[in-house]
Amino acid sequence: MNITNEQIKNMYETMLKIRKFESRAKDLFAEGKIPGFVHLYIGEEAVATGACANLNNDDYITSTHRGHGHIIAKGGNLDNMMAELFGKETGYCKGKGGSMHIADATKGILGANGIVGAGHNIAVGAGLAAQYKKTGQVCVCFFGDASTNQSTFHEALNLASVWKLPVVFVCENNGYGISVSQERHQAITDVSVRATAYNIPGITVDGNDVFAVYEAVGEAVARARKGQGPTLIECKTYRHRGHFEGDMTVYRTKEELEAWLKKDPIPRIEKYILENNIMTEEEIKEENAKVENMVKEAEKFADESNVPTLESALEDVYTDIVEEGRVR
Amino acid sequence: MKKMTYAEGIREGMSQRMRENSDVLLFGEDVGKFGGCFGVSAGMWEEFGDMRVRDTPISEGVIIGAAVGSAACGLRPIAELMFVDFLTVGMDQLVNQAAKMRYMFGGKIALPMVVRLPAGGGISAAAQHSQSLESWVTHVPGLKVVYPSNAQDAYGLMLTAIDDDNPVVFLENKVLYSVKSEVEDKVEPIPFGKASVTKEGTDVTIITYGRQVLDSLKAAEALAKDGINAEIVDLRSLFPLDKETIFKSLEKTHKVVLVNEEAKRGAFTGEIASIIAEEYFYELDAPIKRVGALNTPVPFALNLENYVLPNNQDIVAAVKSLF
Repeated sequence: MNITNEQIKNMYETMLKIRKFESRAKDLFAEGKIPGFVHLYIGEEAVATGACANLNNDDYITSTHRGHGHIIAKGGNLDNMMAELFGKETGYCKGKGGSMHIADATKGILGANGIVGAGHNIAVGAGLAAQYKKTGQVCVCFFGDASTNQSTFHEALNLASVWKLPVVFVCENNGYGISVSQERHQAITDVSVRATAYNIPGITVDGNDVFAVYEAVGEAVARARKGQGPTLIECKTYRHRGHFEGDMTVYRTKEELEAWLKKDPIPRIEKYILENNIMTEEEIKEENAKVENMVKEAEKFADESNVPTLESALEDVYTDIVEEGRVR
Repeated sequence: MKKMTYAEGIREGMSQRMRENSDVLLFGEDVGKFGGCFGVSAGMWEEFGDMRVRDTPISEGVIIGAAVGSAACGLRPIAELMFVDFLTVGMDQLVNQAAKMRYMFGGKIALPMVVRLPAGGGISAAAQHSQSLESWVTHVPGLKVVYPSNAQDAYGLMLTAIDDDNPVVFLENKVLYSVKSEVEDKVEPIPFGKASVTKEGTDVTIITYGRQVLDSLKAAEALAKDGINAEIVDLRSLFPLDKETIFKSLEKTHKVVLVNEEAKRGAFTGEIASIIAEEYFYELDAPIKRVGALNTPVPFALNLENYVLPNNQDIVAAVKSLF
C-alpha cells in the first residue's frame, strides 16, 4: 500500500473528528440545542475519509443529507459547521441552510443536499467545468444505495461516461434507504454492477476499511485526471444510528447492528496503527483528547455566536436583489 | 437598423457573448449540428465547435443539473430544453437546486446560468408540447424570469441573461421564432425589470408579454376604430417586475386588462392583478380583467386549439367590457 505514516495519522484524525463531532451533535440534538433534522454519519467515517484523502483543496465534492462526514473530510471547519447546526450567523450558511445544506466553495464543497440523488447531476456539472477549463480537478460525488434508484443516477452516470468527465461516483451502501432495506429497494446486491450499463469501471470495496476506500478512489481519481472518465465505487458500510436522530430503527435487528459494531472502522484503524507502530497508545489518547477539545471549542463557538439578524433572511436569494421584508 | 427573426435575435445574443467570453457554452438536446429543434442554434456548432455547443442525451434532469454544477464551478452555461413542457422532468434541478443553492449556502456561491425554454401553443403540438408555465417559475424565489416578444428584446435580454450572476429562466415563444422585426445595428443589454410601452394610449392599459403583444397590437387597432385608445405594456421581464411602468400607465388610463397564454387558473396574470389590487386599487375605475387560455390542456385539432388559446378578439372583448 502506497501510503505514508503521516497520511495514516491524518486519516485517523479525520475519522476521529467525524465521530466526535457527530457524537456531540447527537447529544446536542437530544438536548434541543440543534433544531430540525440531523442525519449522522457515525459508522461510515472510513468512506469520506478514504475518498477525500485523495483530493486536493480545489477538487470538488457533492454530498448528501448525511453530509457532515464528507464536509469534515474535505477540510470543513468544525466551528462554522457546529454554528450552522445551531442556526447561528457564524455558521457556514449564516444559519440559512442548517445540517443538510452545508457548503464551502473555497474548499470545493458543493453542498450537502436535502434531495436524494440531486448531487449526481451537480457533480456532472462540476466535472464538465473541470474538463472544459482543463484544470485537472476532479469531483467526487457521494451518495447512498437508495439514491441509485433515482433517475438522476442514470442520467448522470450516462452523461459522465459519454463525455468522459472527471467524476468519481462513490456509493455509500449502508443497506437502507431510510427504513427500506436494500433487498427490498433494488434487486441487486452490489450497486457496482450498474457500472456495466455505462461502460465504466465499477468496483465494490469494504467501506469500513479506510485503506481499501483510499486505494480504490485513488485509482479512480488518477483515471479521471488522465481524462479517462468516471468510475463507480461502492463502499459497503453501515450507519450505527437511525436514518435521522429520533428514528427508532424498528426495521433492523439488534443482532445486525451488533455485527456491524464489531466492524467499526475506528477501532479497526487504531488496531492497524498500534500493530504497525505508527502511534503509541499514549499518542492515540492524546489525539483523542485533542479532537475532543476541537469539538468542545466548536460547540463553544456555536453557543456564543449570535442568531442571524432578521434582515439577513431577505439577502442571498439573488446576488443583486434584496427581497422585501415585513413589519411586525 | 436591420430585420431579424426572433430566433436570430436569441442566436445572435448567445453567439455574441460566446465570442466575447470563453466561459459561456450551450448545451441541450440537438443543439449541435442539428441546430436545435427550432433552428435557434443553427450554425453555432460550426462556429464554436463540439466543446462549446454540446448535444446532450435526452436527459432533462442532467441538462439543468450540469448547468447548476458548472455554473457553481466557474462557467456561464446556457442550457436548452426542447420544450418548456419537459421542465417537469428537470424541475428538481431548477427549483430545489438552482434557485435555492445560493440562499441555502448563505450567499457563498453564485449560479450564472441561463435555462432556455421554448413555450406556448399555436403549432398543433398538443398538450405536452404547447404549455405556458410562467407562473410555475415566477413563483420560485431565486429565479429570474424573462419572456421577450421581438427580436431586439430577445437579443438584448439574452445578453443580460448571460451576464447575470443568478439563474435566469429565458422563455421563448415558438410561434414568434420566425417573426421578423427591426433590430438596432448594435444591440445593448436590456436591463431586467424594465417593461417597454409598445404602444402609447390613454383609455385602457393592456399588460402582456410574449406572443400576446402581437395579439394586443391587433386588438388595439380594432379598438381604435371604436374610439378606444389602448396602451400596451410589454413586461419583457416577469421577475424582476417593473411595477413602476405598470402604475404609471394606470395613472393615465385607470383601466387594465392582463393578457397571457397560460391556462387562466393560477396564471401569472393573477399575480399582477393582485399587486394592482393591493397597491393601486384606488387608481382603478373598473374591475381588473384577465385574458388567458381556457382551463384545459392545449388540444391538438386546429379549431380546438384556436378555441382554447386566447386571441386578439378575446382581448377586444375584455377591453370593451370595461366601457
